[in-house]
Amino acid sequence: MIQIRGLKKRLGTKQVLDGVDLDINKGETVVILGRSGTGKSVLLKNIIGLMQPDAGTIEVDGQDIVGLKEKDLNKVRIRFGLLFQGGALFDSMTVGENVGLPMREHTKMSAAEIEKRVTERLEWVGLKSVEQMKPASLSGGMRKRVGLARAIAMDPAYMLYDEPTTGLDPIMADVINRLIRSLQERIGVTSIVVTHDMNSAYHVGDRLSMLNEGRVVFTGTPDEARNTRDPLVKQFIEGSSDGPIKPL
Amino acid sequence: MPYEYARRRVLGAIAEVGRIAMLIGETFRMLVPGVSAFHLVVEQMNAIGVQSLILVFIVSLFTGAVAAVQAAYQFANTVPLKFIGTVILRSTIIELGPVLTALIVGGRVGASIAAELGTMRVTEQVDALEAMAINPVRYLVVPRVVAAIIMLPVLSMIANAVAIFGGYVVAVSSIGVSTHTYVLGLKQGFYMKDLYSGLIKAFFFGGFISWMGCYYGFRTEGGAEGVGVATTRAVVASCVLVLIGDYVLANVLFRFIFAS
Ligand SMILES: Nc1ncnc2c1ncn2[C@@H]1O[C@H](COP(=O)(O)OP(=O)(O)OP(=O)(O)O)[C@@H](O)[C@H]1O
Ligand SMILES: [Mg+2]
Repeated sequence: MIQIRGLKKRLGTKQVLDGVDLDINKGETVVILGRSGTGKSVLLKNIIGLMQPDAGTIEVDGQDIVGLKEKDLNKVRIRFGLLFQGGALFDSMTVGENVGLPMREHTKMSAAEIEKRVTERLEWVGLKSVEQMKPASLSGGMRKRVGLARAIAMDPAYMLYDEPTTGLDPIMADVINRLIRSLQERIGVTSIVVTHDMNSAYHVGDRLSMLNEGRVVFTGTPDEARNTRDPLVKQFIEGSSDGPIKPL
Repeated sequence: MPYEYARRRVLGAIAEVGRIAMLIGETFRMLVPGVSAFHLVVEQMNAIGVQSLILVFIVSLFTGAVAAVQAAYQFANTVPLKFIGTVILRSTIIELGPVLTALIVGGRVGASIAAELGTMRVTEQVDALEAMAINPVRYLVVPRVVAAIIMLPVLSMIANAVAIFGGYVVAVSSIGVSTHTYVLGLKQGFYMKDLYSGLIKAFFFGGFISWMGCYYGFRTEGGAEGVGVATTRAVVASCVLVLIGDYVLANVLFRFIFAS
């Protein structure tokens, strides 16, 4: 499980995270909601050690990863898959090489085994015969899905999804939602899903948490979220510009 | 306020040197694992070396030709023309070959390394490597630095040969020196230590160029504009370092190591 306590992170002059407390239990999928720019991506980057928090702890299976040495941090990272908001595909490599990279670097799998796994994971995200293409010639939604295939290539125990369904058509979004669910059900993946897509949030989330002004202001099941009286959460979920959250 | 400004600039410069030293240290720490992915080194040797061949060829051909024209003009009525081969040879292999090669390759390769790594930085590809537990210095910096320090001496040797040939063409065709005289001048002027010192310089220049490209590339922030800034800085820094380094190395090599 992942246990976050008092996480603070300042970037420039902005206190982006201001004491985040969050628990993600083993095998559970927690959806993180929040306005654009509240620090959802920053939170994920802290969890995987791409950014160092100014204060607070992040425990993964009881081990605090804050301030770990690179070698120890990498042992933790290898159990994680991260889908970047922008895909973050290596544009000097083909799609197949992108998805195969973690296996080439960290396993002794043969080229044929890797190729088989690459094809399989690409199929999971609804892509076929794209191995030879370069990321630049893919559509935005395809790039996102290749990023997802790469993130799940090594059968991670933890998945961090940064807006997995943005930029996808509704049918493809459903494919990805089902995939997130099935990874959880079949392999018991523990996940954090950052999204603005309420449809997806209700579909994949066991619990929903809302981040606002650097803190977690709500946590509850999808039903609790739907029926909440909290005006902040209600406004966000219903997508209204009237309410306690001001658009500007 | 000018005092405050100066203080901040000096502290900034010291911090910058410190960060560059850390990158260099990290490169050495990752040297063995980095080089063992040999296909990445070969890829960079192609990008840095083979792809620079035509440019190096053209520049050194004309450098040799100009050296011959200049030598003939300056020798006029004072120095016998039989020394023309000697002058071209020595100035080329000690100075012009390595330095000009480093300056052109610094422009070409320094810029492309900074632009590529800078783009990777701003599109989170460097983060993606780290998230996959792949050390970016091992994966990106080591192959480039190793390829550059191998390829710069090689390119310099080629530049030397081409420049001497360029000088020869001019000497024979428009200055009226015979092939025999030119070659004799070459033979008389050749010292192994000149060649060694030129190659040692090129080796260091390869390091300067690739490390500057990698350093400014990695520190890129702020989208396409940032990539442009990083590219310019990398080229300027590598050219300045090549020229300063040339002076320092010339002193070390000719006053201590090869002093005779
Ligand atoms: N590297 C950085 N340097 C400085 N500020 C940053 C950096 N990364 C993010 N920020 C700032 O931190 C805040 C949170 O950014 P973040 O990307 O986490 O937002 P987000 O919640 O993911 O938004 P979105 O839903 O639009 O993706 C923003 O105000 C952003 O300007
Ligand atoms: Mg984000």
